[in-house]
Amino acid sequence: MNALPSPDSLSTPATDTLTSTGAAHVSIKGVTKVFNGRKGRVQALEPVDLDIRRGEFVSILGPSGCGKSTLMMLLSGLLPASSGQITVDGKEINAPNPEAGIVFQKDVLLDWRSALENVMIQAEIRKSDKAEAKARAMELLSMVSLDDFHDAYPSELSGGMRQRVSICRALLHKPPLMLMDEPFGALDAMTRDQLQLDLLKLCRDDDMTVFFITHSIPEAIFLSDRVVVMTPRPGRVERIVNIDLPRPRRLAMREDPKFIQYVHELTGIFKSLGVFREE
Amino acid sequence: MAMASATEPQQDGTRALAPVLKVLNGVPLAVWTLIGLLLFWEAYVRLANVPPFILPAPSAIAQEFRAYGHRLFPNALVTMFEVVFGFTCAVLIGVPLAVAIVYSKFIQKGVYPLIVASQTIPKVAIAPLLLTWFGYGMTPKIVIVILLSFFPIVINSVMGLRSASDEMIHLARSMGASAWQTFWKFRLPHALPSIFAGLKLATALSVIGAIVAEFIGADKGLGYLILIAGSNFDVARQFAAIICIALIGMCFFFTLEMVERFAIPWRNKSDVSGEA
Ligand SMILES: Nc1ncnc2c1ncn2[C@@H]1O[C@H](COP(=O)(O)OP(=O)(O)OP(=O)(O)O)[C@@H](O)[C@H]1O
Ligand SMILES: [Mg+2]
Repeated sequence: MNALPSPDSLSTPATDTLTSTGAAHVSIKGVTKVFNGRKGRVQALEPVDLDIRRGEFVSILGPSGCGKSTLMMLLSGLLPASSGQITVDGKEINAPNPEAGIVFQKDVLLDWRSALENVMIQAEIRKSDKAEAKARAMELLSMVSLDDFHDAYPSELSGGMRQRVSICRALLHKPPLMLMDEPFGALDAMTRDQLQLDLLKLCRDDDMTVFFITHSIPEAIFLSDRVVVMTPRPGRVERIVNIDLPRPRRLAMREDPKFIQYVHELTGIFKSLGVFREE
Repeated sequence: MAMASATEPQQDGTRALAPVLKVLNGVPLAVWTLIGLLLFWEAYVRLANVPPFILPAPSAIAQEFRAYGHRLFPNALVTMFEVVFGFTCAVLIGVPLAVAIVYSKFIQKGVYPLIVASQTIPKVAIAPLLLTWFGYGMTPKIVIVILLSFFPIVINSVMGLRSASDEMIHLARSMGASAWQTFWKFRLPHALPSIFAGLKLATALSVIGAIVAEFIGADKGLGYLILIAGSNFDVARQFAAIICIALIGMCFFFTLEMVERFAIPWRNKSDVSGEA
């Protein structure tokens, strides 16, 4: 168990910038967030710097309460940052960015709409072409094997099915940027595996950038090109780990020695941050 | 073959009875209970010789309906009109007011507390006042029906409209929904079950409101009939009027239930699948 790989061999330091690949799709520069809640001032984020390339799958790993959801809310423009600057495609974000697709931890399906109608709300709000959107909605639902359930109400679906519908909803308008806040957090391990595969399949075709929040180290490694490790609150980027595994990812890769090395490395980082304490 | 022919007559027998059994089976259990109670009531009155000015038998009440129906019916129509018209006004005032309370800080802080506080005043206490203002016609009755039924409508609608989760509102905003779209496609449908719960409470209250208002001062309506029959010790007539009131209340409630089924189809669908 002491055979942890030296961090330097696999990871890049947190100050890593994307000088080599030109302009970033998403660029976060010195972003902080302070909440003035009932318990006074809460510094949720210390200056965070992060650049994300177009088409990249980036996972955010961090202990509970470190500000992951807050960072996503800032990226979506639903919350304003206290300081710093966020740009997407070079445009500064200071209002909700309708180009992003968002999946929340809860599926937030609308009870009064069938699965298909829940996906279609996206088109209705955006006033996009109905027939075209419907065809795409059905295609997305069938990609996650829900075609037989397109007219079922959410109350008739299981938790995993509901979350799949909410992912389809976020994907309907082909968002260049997907923001996902622990979308599989509430699901059992088996459903989770399936949904990870579904997600990778859905992302593969379009050149989509994914910002994926998770608590699970294996999940982050399995899905991502890079894993961003955040410190406990107030959160900032502690380390970025490049995941050098071939795509398409297969479930069997989780037994790969390289995969296990990544798990050790990330676990080691959290131990050094005092997130895991063993006796 | 022999066995088949032997069982055939038996099958024919049950087959002949089948439609009858089916109809009997289709009658809800509560109806059987009601029939049982009526039979017991009838038997008790006859066997114990209860005088009709204390408790008339169901058959006597039925006789009253036959003899007095021509007077009951127009008065029932009056009461029904007061109830339905007052209730409709209460909905038309209550639901928009709830929307205003949820959307306007001013109305929420400046008006809502007064509405809540005003509920400590018993409506019956202001009924005589309404009579002096609006006379003995239908207007004061309708006003009382509105006053009684509008409060649960407002309260439940406000609760429903407020209960939209942060995530739901975030979702709407992330799609670029306008304020109108957020209301129409998210908040309002989300609030419908709660609004209907308020409407159902209001149906019962609006019937009470109409009857009480007629007690206090009227020259028609079922409440008025009950009062007159009471002063004449005509108990059978009072019972007949009470049954009319109950029927009005039930029809009203079930009509609303039908509308709810139509307006909230996602609810019953899961109910039905749960039962099956
Ligand atoms: N609206 C708010 N008002 C006040 N404080 C808040 C608010 N939202 C979040 N916080 C605080 O900011 C910190 C970070 O919260 P955040 O939800 O981003 O954490 P998280 O990393 O997503 O945690 P988890 O993994 O448990 O979801 C927390 O300490 C929380 O108390
Ligand atoms: Mg969170």
